[in-house]
Amino acid sequence: MRVSTAPYGGLIITLTFVVGFVLSMLPGPDWAERFRPDWVGLVLIYWCIAAPNRVGVVSGWVAGLILDVLYGSLLGQHALAMAIIAYIAHRWHLQIRMFPPWQQAAAVLMLLVLDQLLVLWVKGVIGQASTFWPNWTASIVGMIIWPLVFIILRDVRRRADIN
Amino acid sequence: MSTLLGRRFSSLTRLIFVIVLSVVLMVLDHQAQHLLRIRAVLSVLIYPIQVVAAVPVRASAWVAELFGSERTLRQNNERLQAERLAHLARLQKLEALEAENKRLRDLLGSAARVADRAVVAELVEVSLEPFTRKIVVAKGSRDAVYLGQPVIDAYGIIGQVTEVSTYASKATLITDPGHAIPVLVNRNGLRTIIFGTGAPDRVNVPYLTATTDIREGDLLVSSGMGGRFPPGYPVAQVTEIVKDPNEAFLKISAKPMARLNYGKEVLLIWPGEWQTASASPR
Repeated sequence: MRVSTAPYGGLIITLTFVVGFVLSMLPGPDWAERFRPDWVGLVLIYWCIAAPNRVGVVSGWVAGLILDVLYGSLLGQHALAMAIIAYIAHRWHLQIRMFPPWQQAAAVLMLLVLDQLLVLWVKGVIGQASTFWPNWTASIVGMIIWPLVFIILRDVRRRADIN
Repeated sequence: MSTLLGRRFSSLTRLIFVIVLSVVLMVLDHQAQHLLRIRAVLSVLIYPIQVVAAVPVRASAWVAELFGSERTLRQNNERLQAERLAHLARLQKLEALEAENKRLRDLLGSAARVADRAVVAELVEVSLEPFTRKIVVAKGSRDAVYLGQPVIDAYGIIGQVTEVSTYASKATLITDPGHAIPVLVNRNGLRTIIFGTGAPDRVNVPYLTATTDIREGDLLVSSGMGGRFPPGYPVAQVTEIVKDPNEAFLKISAKPMARLNYGKEVLLIWPGEWQTASASPR
């Protein structure tokens, strides 16, 4: 049973993902690279929490697959990580919705770190591990801008009347 | 989008399904490169995203050009004129040297090197995943780009093409942690291999023992071993040699000659029929 009535809901959600892809591909200076948050992950977490009957594991997997093609990484690597964080966000969306803001941000941080860990783990298995310590700064930046992403996407959701 | 699998299945069932699917994809992609075609199709679909992501860079370059003051343009013009004169002077010498080189090679009984064909390709995208070093250029299989094709700039080797789709292709830089290139020390012909580190301006030269004749400032040029890169292109310059008595090998860092982080264009080259001096005499 569909609760939502928004006719173009799916299209609008897809568009927010496209914006996420563009933001994660925008060229920037090298020093800024380690501060670039996982935009697609943030968008995915938001929709899993806010519209769980539209976005879930499969959308996360598709988004991850597109990231794999964009990044040129092993096909399935980001897809796997994204599907797993989508599952967690989807499974506990009622609780996460009720969290006070700081606790919500902490939950988002944990999901983003889990995403990075899963990707690193797959890279380690296929022997592509970098000699560098991974940049957790990206996840922390993701947590800091989470409230902003939340407000913007909530606005989008209310205007488009997506439930 | 989750209606793809319908509402009949629980989230957990779907998760298990996509995890299995991901693992199968990863194994296929890693083992056999079976998915190159799928990847090529997906690449065409996502090309618009890459184009949109490149818009701000192009726009800022365009605006800078538009509002560039007359004085800067004049200065640029003067500088370019001067550079052109200097280059022309050197080019004359080069032509003479090339002719001489060809004569000497003929004397040695080996075929002369045919000049490599080069095509300028515009960068569409540079900043990708952290710690992997790759670029996307706006030339694809339509322009006869092939897998493993060398990519250079005006100063040296940048990397090689590792993925080709119809309109664009992806190249792995020599600084990527998964990249290695066979080189010679230009000064004495010592053969070795350069590995990428993931850092933007540093590559490693491992497996050289403490007694090896290598110095800071040595130029490393491609050796042509393995047949992938044509020989004689500059690759990197040794910047630091650390001798640790506890280690069997020297720790050698080098700086890539190519300006990997600058410029909007790279050169794709189609190496000609090159042969080494040891080739069989005609």
